[in-house]
Amino acid sequence: MQDFRYLYDVSTLSLNREACIGCGMCEIVCPHGVFKMEYKKADIVDKNGCMECGACAKNCPSEAISVTPGVGCAAYIIQTWIIGKNGNSRGIAKCC
Amino acid sequence: MEDNCCGNNDNKESFGSVSHLKPFASTPVMQNKEEEAACCGLPPGPECSRFARPGYEICGFAEDFMDTAAGPVPKIRTKLSMSDHAMSVSARFGIGRDSYGIAPGIYCTGTPAADSPVLVTANYKLTFDALRRELSSLNSWILVLDTRGINVWCAAGKSLFSTEEVINRIKVSGLDKIVSHRELILPQLSATGVSAIDVKKRSGFKVVWGPVRANDIKSFLDAGKKADESMRRVTFTVSERLVLIPVELSFLVKPTLFILLGIFLLSGIGLEIFSIKDAWSRGIMAALAYAAGIFAGAVFVPAVLPWLPGKAFSVKGAVTGIIAAFFIVMTLKDVANTWELTALFLCTTAVSSYLGMNFTGSTPYTSPSGVEKEMRKAIPVQALAGFASIVLWIGAAFIR
Repeated sequence: MQDFRYLYDVSTLSLNREACIGCGMCEIVCPHGVFKMEYKKADIVDKNGCMECGACAKNCPSEAISVTPGVGCAAYIIQTWIIGKNGNSRGIAKCC
Repeated sequence: MEDNCCGNNDNKESFGSVSHLKPFASTPVMQNKEEEAACCGLPPGPECSRFARPGYEICGFAEDFMDTAAGPVPKIRTKLSMSDHAMSVSARFGIGRDSYGIAPGIYCTGTPAADSPVLVTANYKLTFDALRRELSSLNSWILVLDTRGINVWCAAGKSLFSTEEVINRIKVSGLDKIVSHRELILPQLSATGVSAIDVKKRSGFKVVWGPVRANDIKSFLDAGKKADESMRRVTFTVSERLVLIPVELSFLVKPTLFILLGIFLLSGIGLEIFSIKDAWSRGIMAALAYAAGIFAGAVFVPAVLPWLPGKAFSVKGAVTGIIAAFFIVMTLKDVANTWELTALFLCTTAVSSYLGMNFTGSTPYTSPSGVEKEMRKAIPVQALAGFASIVLWIGAAFIR
């Protein structure tokens, strides 16, 4: 996937190495190789490869990872601009 | 829901031969002489399967049923039929795509035993087909979740392929009565919606993360349920991009009808207030420019994505748009004036840039934060280009 790189320095991904217990789950579930286990702790080695799918945070047993997951779809984002993320009287943003 | 259990109608094919349905299939149909003599028309069809139930249809991919402690489990074919392929193609074109779910629950391949692996998947038929075709000569259980007919990754992103649904489906299906072990193999991409720890805590089943792609499942199992790095990474090959094009286009059919109507109405405005002749002759030119924008943004961008300059998709779309716009200008330079050509150029480029940007939703690597960032910059530019295009187009009619 090195041929496919998206905008840099935008991902909301962050890792608290203090809280990491070194289970390695994030390295397994990440589809883009963003994490690597180093010295029995996870490390973010390719933050710009992150697409914010949220798999790592969902599966981190010590809540050491945080990321705002979402859908990278233009039509959906336009709807959230108009009616908000959680919807209003005009309805809820429908994903593509 | 029952009659809708598989968006598919090829039962006849699977019941053309009933030799594998042992208990009743070989029983000769009781007939007396009178009935034989009175017979007319076509010969009778095959006897009903012993698994037939009033109000239910048996799916074409079920070749037999296996009796288990949790009731009969369909044994599924690992080879896709012609009709499976035909339905996959039409789903790819957006036809029948919204009701392309199969019934959730337990299925099996081969002759699985209590210690056979359990593969968990989504109930989108394209997903189910992609999995089962990889399972020939494998004895396995398949736990199909109700993901509302959506593929694994998208369903996980929408919390449909979720911790809740895994736990719920284990319970409802009676999986614990069928297998002696307590282990599930989940597709890696479902990790977006499933917490392995919570599943273990609440159901007792351990989650093993399988490979991203179904075609790696055998090597994964052969390697002792270990995935190498390539099995863990998503890809976006030319063929993976090209199959997305028809459905991208199918989404555009409805808005295009309105846009074409607008194009022909705007093209008729001029010194005579409204000219039907102009609406037609100028409308054709504008429709061509619009079509070129669609081709450049929704076909060209996906096809040559990695070779287009820029990281932002709106830029990639603008690049292909400018190329397409150049061809439009070259084609129409003898029949349109400079104002009109400028308007058409802007139209093609803006449409292509927008559609290129819209393709971010179909790729496996664009982050929502990035998409939002580029949209904040790109949409005002696209809107301005579109607006300028309309103003120039209408204005040109008055100075023709």
